[in-house]
Amino acid sequence: MSFVQEALTYIFTAENWAGRAGLGTRILEHLQYTGVAVAVSALIAIPIGLIIGHTGRGSFLVVTAVNGLRALPTLGVLLLAVLLWGLGLLPPTIALTLLGVPPLLAGTYAGIANVDPKVVDAARSMGMTERRVLTRVEVPNALPLILGGLRTATLQIVATATVAAYASLGGLGRYLIDGIKVRQFYLALVGALMVTVLALVLDGLLAMVVWASVPGTGRFRRRLPQPLLDDAALLESRPRRRSPDYSSGSASPTVEGW
Amino acid sequence: MRYLLNHLDTAWALTLIHLRLSLIPVLLGLLIAVPLGALVWRHTALRRLTTVAAGIIFTIPSLALFVVLPLIIPTRILDETNVIVALTLYTTALLVRAVPEALDAVPAAVRDAAAAVGYTRIGQLLKVELPLSVPVLTAGLRVVAVTNVSMVAVGSVIGIGGLGTWFTEGYQADKSDQIVAGIIAIFVLAIIVDILILLAGRLLTPWARTRTTSRTGPRILRRAKAAA
Repeated sequence: MSFVQEALTYIFTAENWAGRAGLGTRILEHLQYTGVAVAVSALIAIPIGLIIGHTGRGSFLVVTAVNGLRALPTLGVLLLAVLLWGLGLLPPTIALTLLGVPPLLAGTYAGIANVDPKVVDAARSMGMTERRVLTRVEVPNALPLILGGLRTATLQIVATATVAAYASLGGLGRYLIDGIKVRQFYLALVGALMVTVLALVLDGLLAMVVWASVPGTGRFRRRLPQPLLDDAALLESRPRRRSPDYSSGSASPTVEGW
Repeated sequence: MRYLLNHLDTAWALTLIHLRLSLIPVLLGLLIAVPLGALVWRHTALRRLTTVAAGIIFTIPSLALFVVLPLIIPTRILDETNVIVALTLYTTALLVRAVPEALDAVPAAVRDAAAAVGYTRIGQLLKVELPLSVPVLTAGLRVVAVTNVSMVAVGSVIGIGGLGTWFTEGYQADKSDQIVAGIIAIFVLAIIVDILILLAGRLLTPWARTRTTSRTGPRILRRAKAAA
């Protein structure tokens, strides 16, 4: 157990946090890779998911894209990008974005497509334009699923940003990969522990955001019906009901079979 | 692409390692999660507990878990067992949440009908509810299997075998064709695994292909059409 002690001593020693290669800098680098990649994935996936979910056209595309992108190995893409374009923020952003798009796309699409059609029809019959139906009715109702997708994407990206270190980039992976390379396993453990804590904290924060976004509860100061679900995998299961009551552990909305 | 064709025998050997590391956990996870999920299904407190525990396990980054596990279980660092145990944990964590949800989704009418024709609680679970939850389970399994395939690839940065070694080798030797070959091989592998699980799920649910649920359904439908 001496590894654990050494690792904890390392983490709780103030000098190790300061400086250009200190824990503080590494955490910020890690958050930077994560933040940029999550933002880019959201910019790509959310509009596509909104359009396809709203029109119902091209849902086959979503299923194919989600499954295909998920099968793409992040590490290979990252290392290839480094060889092609050199070091910098571009390779990890590309690789991690490809990782973040599937859950976000699945969440957005499933969220919009699973909004109770009666509610959508009612909105239309009141004379809302299509744009308003989307922004005022469908998006608020789909928000828990969209944010659930964001949560899954963030979680995967923050965990995988570790491999950026392999391509001579920064981030918390430095400790993990250097530690293994030089056989100083307590250093690897420092990296592992820090990444885990970072992931747990981010996930906890996003879980709270998802919880707050549940419409009809006034948690976001908006009053609209319908609740929650959090996992990309569950998005793929078939819905048993047209207007699911997400509040108890009921059937999950889907990407497939639409 | 040419690299892949020129190194087919190596690719095959690496594929076998890769499959072993990524699919054994899927099987083990399934074997653990289905009974566990069915067991906690009816117990609100236990179910909440497993959901929370599963959520936390799922949040732990895989690379971190590969490194931390040897401290918890008696294995050496960089041992294959760590990968298998870690991925089994993830598989179980994901499926143990999906199983109760799948069981919830069985329509109450079906459940009542099963009870009415005399199934015991266990019989009902094994012969009615679990088979009906296969589609949801298949969806979960597909995600897990594909994720495992790419996690094993990521593991190559800390010296785990499989097709991911082509990434690390190719990167160190500055050979982008080897990396491309690795990407193609892993992509194809993941897609094949995905399709196989999808097909297995279809085979296990022959009733899903006809739109009606009862065996006499199509006949009645045909008769109704003929009458009309």
